[in-house]
Amino acid sequence: MVIIGAGKAGARAPISLREHGWKGRITLIGEEPLAPYDRPPLSKAAMTAAEEPAPVFLLDDELLQALDVTFIANATATDIDRAEKEVVLADGRRIPYQKLLIATGARARRLALPGAERALMLRDFHESVALRAACAPGRSVAIIGGGFIGLELAASASQRGCKVTVIEAQPRILMRGVTEAVARRIAARHEAAGVVLLTGIGVERIEADAVVLSDGRRIPAEIVIAGIGAAPAVALAEASGLALDNGIACDVEMRTSDPDIYAAGDCCSFPHGLYGGRRLRLEAWRSAQDQAAVAAENMLGGHRQFTAVPWFWSDQYELNLQIAGLPSDGVSSCTRPMKDDAFIEFHLDGEGRLVGASGIGRGNAIARDIKLAEMLIAKGARPDQAALAHPDVALRGLLK
Amino acid sequence: MPHWVEACDRDDVEPEDVIRFDHDGRTFAIYRAPDDRYYATEGLCTHEEAHLADGLVMDHIIECPKHNGRFDYRTGAAQGAPVCINLKTYPVKLEAGKVMIDLA
Repeated sequence: MVIIGAGKAGARAPISLREHGWKGRITLIGEEPLAPYDRPPLSKAAMTAAEEPAPVFLLDDELLQALDVTFIANATATDIDRAEKEVVLADGRRIPYQKLLIATGARARRLALPGAERALMLRDFHESVALRAACAPGRSVAIIGGGFIGLELAASASQRGCKVTVIEAQPRILMRGVTEAVARRIAARHEAAGVVLLTGIGVERIEADAVVLSDGRRIPAEIVIAGIGAAPAVALAEASGLALDNGIACDVEMRTSDPDIYAAGDCCSFPHGLYGGRRLRLEAWRSAQDQAAVAAENMLGGHRQFTAVPWFWSDQYELNLQIAGLPSDGVSSCTRPMKDDAFIEFHLDGEGRLVGASGIGRGNAIARDIKLAEMLIAKGARPDQAALAHPDVALRGLLK
Repeated sequence: MPHWVEACDRDDVEPEDVIRFDHDGRTFAIYRAPDDRYYATEGLCTHEEAHLADGLVMDHIIECPKHNGRFDYRTGAAQGAPVCINLKTYPVKLEAGKVMIDLA
């Protein structure tokens, strides 16, 4: 069994292979020098740490040894010889496989404008360390992109004492996947922290000490960060002739167009059983690990489908946002106000089925109810809207 | 030597639920199982520092509110990735309607 990519999905696969009884060889190929580590802290805890942070390992040397995984660091797979069933590395090494899992993740999109080379980006641990050092107290920081990475970095940089401006081309922050009410709450929190949010405006160029907007305004910036989204890393799959469709095209069992090759995580799309087989590509921590678990089981001859409800979170300041399901599938919604200014919006489709829930609150205020909402979504429940909106009606009761 | 500490009234915890109990600079989670038995574990998830009392109890499982790590709160046993370190558990007894836990 060979796994290409040592992120969340790649790190989960060996655990699942062993859990399902695989006694043979497992080789894990990673591009970075480090053993697999967790990425969510890179924009948050690692940025705001008082001392230089250490990676949070998903599989450290001890665990790699306990799982009997051969980990090849600093290695790029450049081709898959599907006829010989061998992975070809950049240095010419050839790694034979019976079954292969591609978990190459996504790569940060690059800005295409004059001065773009000045923009820092965040995808790996070393970039996080560099960003933390760059965002020294008092520095002016311009962040291009008002999505999750941009806003989490804005919160972290502001907490470090930077003067932060976020520039978003869309009419508001978090246009993709986040409701207006939730985005408004997040925007207000940033503004309270002194972060300037500029929306509906593009960037013309980046100069040595400023970002120049499309209307000619100059935003002073000692540090410029680009967080403009990610694209699935499909170069290897493409070179190997695997079918692509918004990422590596998988079937319901996470199998690619080659029956001996599977994919999991941000790099792939698949027909989601819960949504009538609609093809989705998810960029989320839990989906990556769950897809890898499904793929691993199927690499050993199983026939499990990935049907988990999409779920992700973002932490900014003391606020925690969580979204379950696909809120954009909803045609109507209702809001449950909760203690301490928290709230959850429930999204229902035309038949009254709960299809999504978006919540925000301090700490873990909404975690439990979002989890219950996720269970309602998984069941295809059609809960009463008045009950959903009423803070005294326990969501657990609606599951029965 | 046992060191029994009063954590809460038995009615402070709903069936199939959990509450937080802080004592002497430490934090604990007190559970009431669907069969009305009470249990206690350390209060923070072993994966990241999140209060388990903010999580969801399903049957005999507590799910961490942060990243969905799951534990059997009767034994503290971690139920698989992302958690692999078990929770510490504490003996519990009921006395005059109070939930007592042994911190010894």
